[in-house]
Amino acid sequence: MCGIVGLFLKTPSLESELGLHFSRMLATMASRGPDSSGIAVYGNPASAGSLKVTLQHPANDYDWSIVAENLSRRFSRQPVVRIISTHAVFTLAAREEEVRALLEKMHPDVTVMSVGTNIEIMKEVGTPESVIARFKVERMTGTHAIGHTRMATESAVTTQGSHPFSTGFDLCLVHNGSLSNHSRLRENLRREGIIFRTDNDSEVAAGYLTSHMRNGETLSSALTHALDDLDGFYTFTVGTSDGFAVLRDRIACKPAILAETDDYVAMASEYRALAVLPGISEAKLWEPEPATVYSWRRKP
Amino acid sequence: MKTTTEERVVDLTTSTVRQLNHSLHQLRHTDGPAVWHVKEPRGAHSVACGLTVPVRIEVDGPTGYYCAGMNQVATVILHGNTGTGVAENMMSGFVLVKGNASQSAGATGQGGLLVIDGNAGARCGISMKGIDIVVKGNVGHMSAFMAQAGNLVICGDAGEALGDSIYEARIFVRGKAADLGADCVEKEMRDEHRSVLADLLSKAGLDYSPAEFRRYGSSRKLYNFKTEQAGHY
Repeated sequence: MCGIVGLFLKTPSLESELGLHFSRMLATMASRGPDSSGIAVYGNPASAGSLKVTLQHPANDYDWSIVAENLSRRFSRQPVVRIISTHAVFTLAAREEEVRALLEKMHPDVTVMSVGTNIEIMKEVGTPESVIARFKVERMTGTHAIGHTRMATESAVTTQGSHPFSTGFDLCLVHNGSLSNHSRLRENLRREGIIFRTDNDSEVAAGYLTSHMRNGETLSSALTHALDDLDGFYTFTVGTSDGFAVLRDRIACKPAILAETDDYVAMASEYRALAVLPGISEAKLWEPEPATVYSWRRKP
Repeated sequence: MKTTTEERVVDLTTSTVRQLNHSLHQLRHTDGPAVWHVKEPRGAHSVACGLTVPVRIEVDGPTGYYCAGMNQVATVILHGNTGTGVAENMMSGFVLVKGNASQSAGATGQGGLLVIDGNAGARCGISMKGIDIVVKGNVGHMSAFMAQAGNLVICGDAGEALGDSIYEARIFVRGKAADLGADCVEKEMRDEHRSVLADLLSKAGLDYSPAEFRRYGSSRKLYNFKTEQAGHY
């Protein structure tokens, strides 16, 4: 069992309260998984030509200034650094591959959580409440957020094994369920150059989407192919730079419920997590059909 | 128990589900109100489970998993959608969902009547053992899976693999079944079936004619012991 929540704002009216409403949703799902918890928040985009890179180091007092110095020396411009607990968000004008290469060489103990213009992924071992407090999620603003509370069944309870998993530039995935063919898939994807850091089955689903989208597929097409290639149980919620998507497997025994109003689309494992949202009593509520891709994009 | 004319209101923002259910279970030993109103359930699980006295419970708002499970003789009215396993293993009594129900509605139910005004999700009536279920909308895939006894009435459409591995339950469908599961076949609608169906439709407050429905059941090829194979055991 795990808990998933997603909140996607269709209008700017609730953007300043995104973190507040989203935190309440995530905290409500604690009973579905207290092992570890994580969030992906989209908002406050980097300016044109710049990237937001979210990094993690296990030490609470890690000296991020050395990373900042090495990055500024390499890209001849000082990055903007925001430190939040074990994570730090670097905003800098650089190319993703160059940043990854530098970090791998000079700071191999630092993990890249996400790269994009909008996305910030933060996750740690612990209850949703402790993760919400650690990263001050209630104060976050933005356009949409995806969260996960984990009850581990497949692999170790670690920060790296927590969700969301980055699946590419401004993309992430959370998963409730378990995959039974992840070992074979992982080996095939490794041969294509996808890097895995855990034995976690959900990371394989993330790698699968990364691989398909690298080959030019749309998110929707990659998810449709996943229905044929991923064997197991899943409800996925996927975040994109300007939207999100939901997919359940053909058996659909892992729960999911969607709510839509004029202001937002919300997704959760259980209605309890939606009950905390403003205007929920007037929302359209439904359960996503099996094997059907649902997706939303923010109108520009 | 002797019922009183007092009506009790329980607000689940100030009271826990455990307190509510405990009070309802105490009615076996004490006199109490015949009508209970449960406010603000906010998707809570296990609301009004295990009732064994003839009270009426009205729940105002969406409920979570296993609402009114194991019900005996009580009447439970749900004003809102409900989660997985509503009226699971119901023994008798009446449960009405004035909204949609999630998966496994009425699962393993042994008696009583479950009426769902909206749609039911996947596996409605899975392993039902005597319960009657009337769904005014559609049901999801694998409904009546391994259903053993009772009646499942579907006024809308049924999802894939309806009645897979069914035993002796009866399924009535007014709309279309996407497809039938293993060993489930369409069967002749005889007078005895029309009479059962008419009675259930009337109890659910529906004025459809039984002639609008098709009946499905087991072709009895899967679950029967074949004497010619006796030597193989």
